[in-house]
Amino acid sequence: MAEILVIAEQRRGELAAASLECIAAAVELKQSGGQSVVACIIAQNPESYVALLSVAGVDEVITVTSVEAEFQSDIFAETLQALIEQRQPGLVLVPHSIDAWGYAPALAVRGQYGFASDVFGIRYDGDDLVATRAAYAEKVHVEIDFPGRQIVLLTVRGNTWKQVEESGNPQITEFAMPAITKRSNHETFLEPASGGGVDITQAEFMLSIGRGIDEEDNVEQFAELAESMEFTLGCSRPIADNGWLPKYRQVGQSGKTVSSCSIYLALGISGSVQHMAGMKHVPNIIAVNTDPEASIFSIARYGVVADIFDIAEELENHFD
Amino acid sequence: MKILVPIKQVGVLDEDFEIRDDGRDVDLDYLDFELNEWDDYSWEEALRLQEEFGDAVEIVPLAVGPEEAEEGLRKCLAKGGERGIRVWDDAMQGSDPMAVARVIAKVAEREQADMVFAGALASDHGFAQTGVSVAAQLGWSQVAVVSKLDYQPGDNSVKVNRELEGGLEEVLSVQTPAVLTIQLGINEPRYASLRGIKQAKAKPVEELSHGDLGLSDEDVGEAGSASRVRRMYLPEKGQAELIEGTPAEQAERLVEIINELKGVA
Ligand SMILES: Cc1cc2nc3c(=O)[nH]c(=O)nc-3n(C[C@H](O)[C@H](O)[C@H](O)COP(=O)(O)OP(=O)(O)OC[C@H]3O[C@@H](n4cnc5c(N)ncnc54)[C@H](O)[C@@H]3O)c2cc1C
Ligand SMILES: Nc1ncnc2c1ncn2[C@@H]1O[C@H](COP(=O)(O)O)[C@@H](O)[C@H]1O
Repeated sequence: MAEILVIAEQRRGELAAASLECIAAAVELKQSGGQSVVACIIAQNPESYVALLSVAGVDEVITVTSVEAEFQSDIFAETLQALIEQRQPGLVLVPHSIDAWGYAPALAVRGQYGFASDVFGIRYDGDDLVATRAAYAEKVHVEIDFPGRQIVLLTVRGNTWKQVEESGNPQITEFAMPAITKRSNHETFLEPASGGGVDITQAEFMLSIGRGIDEEDNVEQFAELAESMEFTLGCSRPIADNGWLPKYRQVGQSGKTVSSCSIYLALGISGSVQHMAGMKHVPNIIAVNTDPEASIFSIARYGVVADIFDIAEELENHFD
Repeated sequence: MKILVPIKQVGVLDEDFEIRDDGRDVDLDYLDFELNEWDDYSWEEALRLQEEFGDAVEIVPLAVGPEEAEEGLRKCLAKGGERGIRVWDDAMQGSDPMAVARVIAKVAEREQADMVFAGALASDHGFAQTGVSVAAQLGWSQVAVVSKLDYQPGDNSVKVNRELEGGLEEVLSVQTPAVLTIQLGINEPRYASLRGIKQAKAKPVEELSHGDLGLSDEDVGEAGSASRVRRMYLPEKGQAELIEGTPAEQAERLVEIINELKGVA
């Protein structure tokens, strides 16, 4: 079978962990299908990532020396189109990262590949590739196939496959970047604002509020509850976007990952992929939500189908 | 200078719902439709440019979808803009984002739009795919997940912030014409006034078919798609242990659990 090509990613000199998760997905497919697994890195100094990408199961690492230090969408779309045309892989896996949001659909259009985004399941049914993703606020799963497509490009959800730990000994190949007229220019990065002594990544116990709190005036009540419980207050994105709580309290993909957390109390949070990206790993998630189908319950250890205001009021009695 | 703003009416599941008989989507009866949250922000961004530069900027909302999509257009038009466009016909049933993007690109060409502001994501299927596909169809440049934008009509480039993981942002400039996919929080979407809502009812919404745009049957629907839904199903339930009872009982049990977990018991 045609090879599986994995596109790795780096930012500011650091390999994205999601690259290794994509490799793990490819290696898993190889175990049943026997395809060779080829990883590709586009960077100014691609050699420096080769060792990290050389995990067991990877047959080849392709280095592409870029004229740019950072991601640029034209460079990715055009270089990868040229590479895919040369290699003719059956499957191309890319992390479902913000960089990929910015080029993967364009690459699929240019090459007329089969395409699906944010997939967390990949298998072959005979010769047919079948990808699984979610829909309707994660409440249903969807199986997708790609009739008539020789080449399929998938963006792969993070924290789904576990990185392969053992190292391997792949062949190293260079691929020359074609001449590209890039239409955007990187100027600078802006660091996220840090928060006055509060670092939710260090918090052991978190009480996070979401859109279920309904109004800014209700924030205070939950802030006080968190304090009396000795939990650190966190929130989902709408709360930060509204300016009801500072951005440094936001948990999720564009906020923080609560890496030290052992108990996460989620109040009125639906459980979007982007929120879960920051807390899915927590061993003890307790979710309170009026919607019994809310996807937060699919990752919670304990679930309470109830109004957060009723529960908060009762909890206050216990901790005062 | 014209900004085309594709918007989507997204389906939100009722608490109870059923999968359609063919197993490939939810039964429509169990869906409520509302304007995609991201499109509120992209429309607001267009409104702001329109207000700042007056007649130099025309803003047009576009929906690709059946009748219920018109409601989203009216919602936008209640805040500003003079007309909307809706494209739909039976052959477009089963279109994936690639097929939808092809339609949006054709409208952009027809309208001679200078910019397209799409949403970064639609909350129903979470593809995060349509806007950047439109750019590729048009051969335009694009930036995904734009959290700030600075644009003067007529400029041949636009300065934007792109929101990355962990709250990091990249500042970059991008050539126009361009497709920008707009992120939540870029602005504060306004509410429509009662007068605006009334006026919107009288604003024209042009209805087009794929044929009107010069597209063939192969360009839309399943034939024009890069993916096909095989089946939709309910995932296995998670492991959550449900805590039942009155709120008082539930809270009491929660306290017990928390104390146990903390080892305070
Ligand atoms: C690139 C990108 C990055 C993002 N990054 C993040 C991020 O870092 N963090 C983040 O959180 N989001 C992020 N988002 C946004 C994300 O997609 C969702 O929009 C967001 O997480 C929704 O927040 P929520 O769960 O609070 O709100 P909703 O999805 O609106 O959920 C509210 C929940 O509250 C429940 N509820 C309502 N009232 C009550 C009540 N009285 N009692 C109990 N329950 C109630 C409802 O049933 C519902 O489940 C990002 C999106 C994008 C595109
Ligand atoms: N059917 C549609 N009609 C108009 N615009 C759409 C449609 N589907 C998607 N879009 C646009 O693409 C954005 C992202 O959607 P998606 O790629 O589905 O996540 C939306 O916010 C809209 O701007």
